[in-house]
Amino acid sequence: MRRLPLRQHVVTAGRALALGTMAVADTVLIALIAVSTLFMFVGVIVAFPPTVKLVRWRTKLARRLTGRWLGAEVPASYLPPPPPVRPQADGWYRHERQLYKTPWWPEWNNRAKWMITDPATWRDGFWLLVNPFVGGILALLPLAMVGYGLAMPWYWMPQVAPLGLVVAAAGLAATPWLLRFYGWWTRLLLAPTTRSLLASKVRRLDQVRQDTADSQAAELRRIERDLHDGAQARLVAIGMTLGAVEELMEKDPAAARALLAKSREASSTALTELRDLVRGIHPPVLAERGLGDAVRALALDSPLKVTVTVDLKTRPEAPVESAAYFSISELLTNAVRHSGAERVWIDISGRGKTLRVTVTDDGSGGADPSRGSGLRGIERRLAAFDGVLAFNSPPGGPTTATLDLPYALVTPESDTPRMPRWKWVIVSFGWGLGWLPLFPQGLVTMVLKLVGTPERSWFLALYLPEPLQWPLIVFNILLGLTLYSLAFALPLVHSQKHRMAQLAPGSLRLDE
Amino acid sequence: MSPRVVIAEDLYLLRDGLVHLLQAHGFEVVAAVESGPELLTALTVQRPDVAVVDVRLPPTFTDEGLQAALAARRAVPGLPVLVLSQHVEQLYARELLADGSGAVGYLLKDRVFNAEQFVDAVRRVASGGTAMDPEVIAKLLASTARHEPLGALTPREREVLELMAEGRSNAAISQRLFLSESAVGKHTAGIFTKLDLAPSDDDNRRVMAVLAYLNAARG
Repeated sequence: MRRLPLRQHVVTAGRALALGTMAVADTVLIALIAVSTLFMFVGVIVAFPPTVKLVRWRTKLARRLTGRWLGAEVPASYLPPPPPVRPQADGWYRHERQLYKTPWWPEWNNRAKWMITDPATWRDGFWLLVNPFVGGILALLPLAMVGYGLAMPWYWMPQVAPLGLVVAAAGLAATPWLLRFYGWWTRLLLAPTTRSLLASKVRRLDQVRQDTADSQAAELRRIERDLHDGAQARLVAIGMTLGAVEELMEKDPAAARALLAKSREASSTALTELRDLVRGIHPPVLAERGLGDAVRALALDSPLKVTVTVDLKTRPEAPVESAAYFSISELLTNAVRHSGAERVWIDISGRGKTLRVTVTDDGSGGADPSRGSGLRGIERRLAAFDGVLAFNSPPGGPTTATLDLPYALVTPESDTPRMPRWKWVIVSFGWGLGWLPLFPQGLVTMVLKLVGTPERSWFLALYLPEPLQWPLIVFNILLGLTLYSLAFALPLVHSQKHRMAQLAPGSLRLDE
Repeated sequence: MSPRVVIAEDLYLLRDGLVHLLQAHGFEVVAAVESGPELLTALTVQRPDVAVVDVRLPPTFTDEGLQAALAARRAVPGLPVLVLSQHVEQLYARELLADGSGAVGYLLKDRVFNAEQFVDAVRRVASGGTAMDPEVIAKLLASTARHEPLGALTPREREVLELMAEGRSNAAISQRLFLSESAVGKHTAGIFTKLDLAPSDDDNRRVMAVLAYLNAARG
């Protein structure tokens, strides 16, 4: 439903002209690359990084234009650039076995290595190399058709003017299709492959695993220290006191009694410490009642007026629940300590598989998320479950923190949506009837035909006139094969598409 | 006649200790059970004078004991229950107090160490009073500290309020704080005026009023 078809065509033609011209102009770039490659063979490798940079600039432009004009979003996926080189303790910079005075050479080396090892660099290069042909043909050919169709009658044969108009119209009509194809092709080469998406996901998971392992180790160290200095030490003291009581019992019962009272006190202090420790590891209310009530208990213990609303149908898994609980606890502590707030609203809700928690306070705002280590800690905690924290604290308030934990809630349905019914019909039709055209009516008939028996039985093709027999046999074989491959491929494509859809949001977030 | 008591505790040593302790203090232990369903049956069938219940019990090891106690109290209103736990939560205290019929206790397990005070608490609950752990009251007061009328209390009045909220009588408070009973009476009157509560001589109703006030102040 386009309201202005003519205008639309003009715009499309303009875009085709621009894209085509750029594609042709790419030959200049290719020439430059050829020169720099030549230089490289001679030994002047300095030209390599700027060349790659130039190519990346060009592909970035192509990605942007493809997204804006051709409606096909093409995200980039390069490996992350190497970290800056740090000097050693003696002030020198090291690269492999060499030491350098300035960071320039190691830096250059790292960058060059980064560019060479990134497969995206080579895909970019390939795209650029082929672009003048593909882009030139796809974008400029229809324009040439229009021009040729319009010019032909005037210059050569006025009598074919109608034919010329037809050619021109065909060119105009074909432009959007060819441009779409061009966009598809660009996407094919420049968009991140599943492999690179997975690679970046793996990279991130690696990082997250490292962080999780680190914080877990730190947590264990803290618990060990607390037990060692707290409960354990007190139990030793109680044991010693009881030993002394044993000795004093007969000689000085009054002193023994006093010591017993003291050891009872020590045991109750030890219990208090253990209780606090347990609360820090896994709060008992959380274990007993789940996230909602645990947060309500937290709210009751807070000096602020905290309103908690919970809308959860299923209970998240224990580790996720614990991460959410401690994140909320940290946010609440922040609100008490820094914001000067009087009221806090905590909202816990589940939408699909995502657990979302919003913590809002009416404080003064202006909190800087980069400064506090608390928010960093929350992010680390959540990252282990692919969770993210969005923090918004404008000066003057209010401060809002939103935690999203995808896949936190297990929904009872299977995670792959069912195939639509028409697909099931095709699949069962394929498996059920595919044999009929393929074997008796196709392959067996073919064998009979080759052998040349007079027997016709129920092999339909043999009843037809001679010239039509072979086409029908081939058609039957192809039909059987098509039915089987449809039956086989449809469920496969369905589940794969769904898997990719699941993978995509998580991975695209990694590319920031 | 000695008061009849039901004990629910899953750790054998502690259960045994409680049985001995209460028997030594003149209670008749009619049932000592170790799981939630057993407890519910014992409570509704035996109808004890008081029950001592651990919050965390098999089979789920969550708040099985508390749920059984609450269910039994719904079936038998005012059934005296003293709940023991390794940790105390305001949330659970509120749930126990919610029906407003009293005869509830909520103590840390550590309080069993002090046999006299513990038995006193059991007796108090059995006779329809309350026994709230000092830690619950401390939390309750800490989280309400910013609210207006509570800030107006003198330190002494606060001390009295805390003990009162635990469920102690004027006599017990005067012993605790080394005051004369009439001085305690004066303080409680002061507290009730400042908090705008109707004064009452009945210990139990007084405690409920204070707890209700503190709960309400939490908003």
